[in-house]
Amino acid sequence: MSVSDSGVVIIGAGHAGGTAAALLRQFGFERPITLIGEEPIAPYQRPPLSKAWLKGEADAEALMLKPESFYGESNIRLILGARIDALSCDDKIVVLVDGRTVPYDSLIIATGARARALPIPGADLGGILSLRSAADAENLKSRLGPGRRLAVIGGGYIGLEAAASARALGAEAIVLEREPRLLARVASAAMSAFFTDYHRGRGVTIELDARIEGFEGKAGSVSGVALADGRVIPCDVALVGVGALPNDDLARAAGLRCENGVVVDDHARSSDPAVYAIGDVTQRPMARYDRMFRLESVANALEQARQAASALTGRPVPAPEVTWNWSDQYDVKYQLAGMPFDVDDHIVRGDPAAAKFAVFHLNGDVIQAVEAVNAPAEFMAGRQLIGQRRPISRSRLADTAISMKEVAA
Amino acid sequence: MPKITYIEHSGAEHVIDVKSGLSVMEGAVKNNIPGIDADCGGACACATCHVYVDAAWAGKLGEKSAMEESMLDFAENVQENSRLSCQIKVTDALDGLTVRMPESQH
Repeated sequence: MSVSDSGVVIIGAGHAGGTAAALLRQFGFERPITLIGEEPIAPYQRPPLSKAWLKGEADAEALMLKPESFYGESNIRLILGARIDALSCDDKIVVLVDGRTVPYDSLIIATGARARALPIPGADLGGILSLRSAADAENLKSRLGPGRRLAVIGGGYIGLEAAASARALGAEAIVLEREPRLLARVASAAMSAFFTDYHRGRGVTIELDARIEGFEGKAGSVSGVALADGRVIPCDVALVGVGALPNDDLARAAGLRCENGVVVDDHARSSDPAVYAIGDVTQRPMARYDRMFRLESVANALEQARQAASALTGRPVPAPEVTWNWSDQYDVKYQLAGMPFDVDDHIVRGDPAAAKFAVFHLNGDVIQAVEAVNAPAEFMAGRQLIGQRRPISRSRLADTAISMKEVAA
Repeated sequence: MPKITYIEHSGAEHVIDVKSGLSVMEGAVKNNIPGIDADCGGACACATCHVYVDAAWAGKLGEKSAMEESMLDFAENVQENSRLSCQIKVTDALDGLTVRMPESQH
């Protein structure tokens, strides 16, 4: 190793970036690693921010990906609280806002995604939050408690998890969803109906087809959400969870190919062979579905971290994984495997009323995706069958008297 | 602190002091031990922290939940002594526990 060896620079110290750094060391990479993050803290897990952590069931230390001491011991240089101004792929340097330049031999872009903002009147009032970072979660938690009223804009996973956690903290919660059903972008109609009933049964108000005109405030802080039908929903805090946008501006400005995210191949390599990109910021191939897609999940971040770390250490590309995700709400464990692309039919297995069932998304007799509620066998077997593209018997799949082991046999 | 021995599929051995209250999975991940991926961070949602427990310890780890049982049913290379290490809480009584890793978690 020469003194001028710049090694690998990772921009974005989230779940993807932190994991890539740790994996490079696990895989025997001995050259310098620099991990640059905008937040003031070392990489941590984001999923618990709307789940266990928000309910007070996990502490800050449990969230950390690795202990503070790990980075020093592993000779990983951490530059935290640093914003990046520019990237030059020709000069192979990253320029920080404070003027510092960091040279690289290989770069990993792991800048993630940011919450989509709602450009409506009153959106700049205090108490209108998004939930991406630990700081966001601290802010939200400090405003929840008995008697407080949370208005959630957007009935997606983050919003529903936050509503469930708010109830656990004794707060009131209302979910305002623009579409005629919850989770409209991601879940089947049967799953939307299940979650609507489940939340209503636990004291959450759900308003579907809600048209939001703006926020109302008192003394600079949000006091209500104004709807198009003239009603104002009173609240003490509002959480906006209406999707995320990839932080690909730096990459685009640097001339890397971007299309709703940095376009990468199945080695997580961008259009510049010295630059990789991983996690929420990427537009990636999904060989199982013959298309490109931008995923937002830990499973995706970790799969691509493994791809990049493998490529950088000369290991074979890991076998493609069937993508998956999960959500915890109340006592419900929801697990999703695959993506509901090219689906022509659904089969429900089990009983939604008993909160133990799964929805299989089919293309002919091939399972494309499975959503499972408290049904781990359906999730695990479904994940295998999706990867194998193996046709199944629909009647057997629908029959809970036949175990998933037998269905998959 | 209880000592836990983690043995990779290759045979590489790591003896780690793990604080009581953490899970066996957290002891590995926090120390960057290869072979326990734990993609979901301990939510019993992914089965990528699969380990084999030495027979002498099998009775001391508590019962598997129905959730863990079902997840393991479909994990790769499952054996009689398979566990998800995120579901095993470390206590002083587990001082000396040895877990072995499967060939792959994916």
